[in-house]
Amino acid sequence: MIRYIGRRLLLILPTIFVPLILVFLMLRLAPGDPAAQILGDQATPDQVAALRHDMGLDQPLVVQFVFWLKGVLTLHLGASFFFRQPVIDILPSYAFVTIQVALLALFIALVVGACAGVAAALKRDTPIDRGLVALAVLGLSLPEFWFALLLIFLFAVTWRIFPVAGYVAPSEGLVASFMTIALPAIALGLRQSALMTRMMRSSMLDVMSEPYIATARAQGLPERRVVLRYALRVAAAPFVTVAGLSASHLLSGAVAIELIFSLPGLGKLLIDAVGRRDYPVVEGAVLAIAIMLAILNLAIDLLYALLDPRVRLS
Amino acid sequence: MNALATILEVRGLSVSLPIGGKLTPVVTDMNLSIARGEAVALVGESGCGKSMTARAIIGLPPPGAEIAGSIVLKGQELTQLTPSERRRIGGREIGFIFQEPMTSLHPTLSIGAQMTDGLRYHLGLSRTAALERARELLDRVGIPRGRDILAGHAHQLSGGMRQRVVIAMAIACGPSLVIADEPTTALDVTIQAQVLDLLARMREELGLAMLYITHDLEVVADFCDRAIVMYAGDRVEDGQPEQCLTRPRHPYTSGLVAAIPRMGGTSARLSPIPGQVPPVGAWPAGCRFAPRCAIADEICATRPVFDAGVRCWRPLASPAP
Ligand SMILES: Nc1ncnc2c1ncn2[C@@H]1O[C@H](COP(=O)(O)OP(=O)(O)OP(=O)(O)O)[C@@H](O)[C@H]1O
Ligand code: SF4
Ligand SMILES: [Mg+2]
Repeated sequence: MIRYIGRRLLLILPTIFVPLILVFLMLRLAPGDPAAQILGDQATPDQVAALRHDMGLDQPLVVQFVFWLKGVLTLHLGASFFFRQPVIDILPSYAFVTIQVALLALFIALVVGACAGVAAALKRDTPIDRGLVALAVLGLSLPEFWFALLLIFLFAVTWRIFPVAGYVAPSEGLVASFMTIALPAIALGLRQSALMTRMMRSSMLDVMSEPYIATARAQGLPERRVVLRYALRVAAAPFVTVAGLSASHLLSGAVAIELIFSLPGLGKLLIDAVGRRDYPVVEGAVLAIAIMLAILNLAIDLLYALLDPRVRLS
Repeated sequence: MNALATILEVRGLSVSLPIGGKLTPVVTDMNLSIARGEAVALVGESGCGKSMTARAIIGLPPPGAEIAGSIVLKGQELTQLTPSERRRIGGREIGFIFQEPMTSLHPTLSIGAQMTDGLRYHLGLSRTAALERARELLDRVGIPRGRDILAGHAHQLSGGMRQRVVIAMAIACGPSLVIADEPTTALDVTIQAQVLDLLARMREELGLAMLYITHDLEVVADFCDRAIVMYAGDRVEDGQPEQCLTRPRHPYTSGLVAAIPRMGGTSARLSPIPGQVPPVGAWPAGCRFAPRCAIADEICATRPVFDAGVRCWRPLASPAP
């Protein structure tokens, strides 16, 4: 198990560094001069050149890269050009919002998807099954932002259950805070649960026709027990993989949906920073998202190994 | 043999399945009875309804199946039970051994968890007591180091070992009847003999009634007291295995025997039965074997009655007195 974890840890390094290096190159090779941007229209070429020197932008790309890599490895991500404070101090509060939305969305997707999938499988070919499958198909065919707007229109504008937009931190009231992230999380999670429902249903149907389920039934065990203890355990394994993919998707989805709901998360921070050519913040935000994705994938792998002893041994 | 010793009594059992949207009979007019300590073989080619008969007895037919007739186990009419009562008969009163040892054990639950589940549910044993009992059972079926096996998983065991575990599970709660559905088909020949020996020993030691499903009459000749030959959902012959082998009475049984490859035989003249088994739903109205029968007659267009151990208008030899 230790070796398994070690191998997984090695494998996540590229998933963090590849996006980072891409961002580093893209920012520096894209047209537009951040120094000029920061100083504004009135700046003289001398002032711009001085700032470029201060920021190290006049160095060759390779030198910049070495400095940058050193910074990333020691978590010295530099200071924001815009906020004029260290990036590492800015990130946590934004990351927290994104994680909150993504986790709640994942929770919704998993619970709704697992329950609906198992229910559809056990009630195979009945109206319940057909209804759930139809809903899932509908859910998958709706674009996410459209679904988000629909939810805003219904629950925030028409029925006024949730606020239309904005964010309240948990420290300022748990319920109020929950209400601000509920709608974005539902928009993300419910749509993702459609995928999970279909996945769980087919996975469950496959497993229920396996000989070991017949063995468990022939043992006289109640059907509930057969389903919960024998079938779900196996059906959940591919489900966990899909959940992992989903979670990655939800994280990027959270980043996108923050814009619709004006939530101060990593996505909004990233977009704003790109607009301001605030390199350190862009890189910091990408690093934060990459690390979160990597940790997520690692957690999924471990969960997978726990569910299936054959994975650990291979 | 007195009536009290009868463990299983099946009368007029028919199973119909929804195939292509139509309820189609796959087993008809099945009669069989098994006494304590007796082994009965159910023999026939693939698709003749052996497994469906067994599944009807244990109460686990495919969804949508319709079952008619009477199934009495130790004096209790099983077809009258509520679904949950019926369900509890499995494991407690009837042990079931499946054909595929490679897939009939759960891949990710430990052997111990699988073996103790039934014990705890049916007998109300505690976890530790059930584990101890499971270890004894493994010992009994010839698996030493039971503790290690119980902690392990199915994929760590060979096919023969798995089948031993499945046998241990089948006898765990002290059933009176064990149904073995081609338990050795998927195993190597040497392992087959070992598993068959083990089943014979268990039957003797525990006084089990046993229904042994196979497509190979010869293999079970020594092992079983009686053989029931099935063809296209019908019981066509019912007698002693030895007699079925040496003096078959139904033309189909005779054809089956002629098709058995003989070791060291003088020639390789196997004579397979001409033609093919009619698929379910396309059985002839009269004798279902008629299209392939060499001695078919006009009368065979009428369905033969089962009489004196055979369902045929023109049985071959007469039974030994
Ligand atoms: N789930 C099912 N749905 C529909 N038809 C089925 C189903 N299972 C079996 N059948 C059909 O019922 C008939 C009897 O099948 P059964 O499994 O009892 O045969 P068998 O004698 O056990 O054969 P084998 O030696 O291959 O195991 C076959 O024609 C088969 O095609
Ligand atoms: S009843 Fe007729 S067709 Fe059928 S097996 Fe006997 S002789 Fe052959
Ligand atoms: Mg079968």
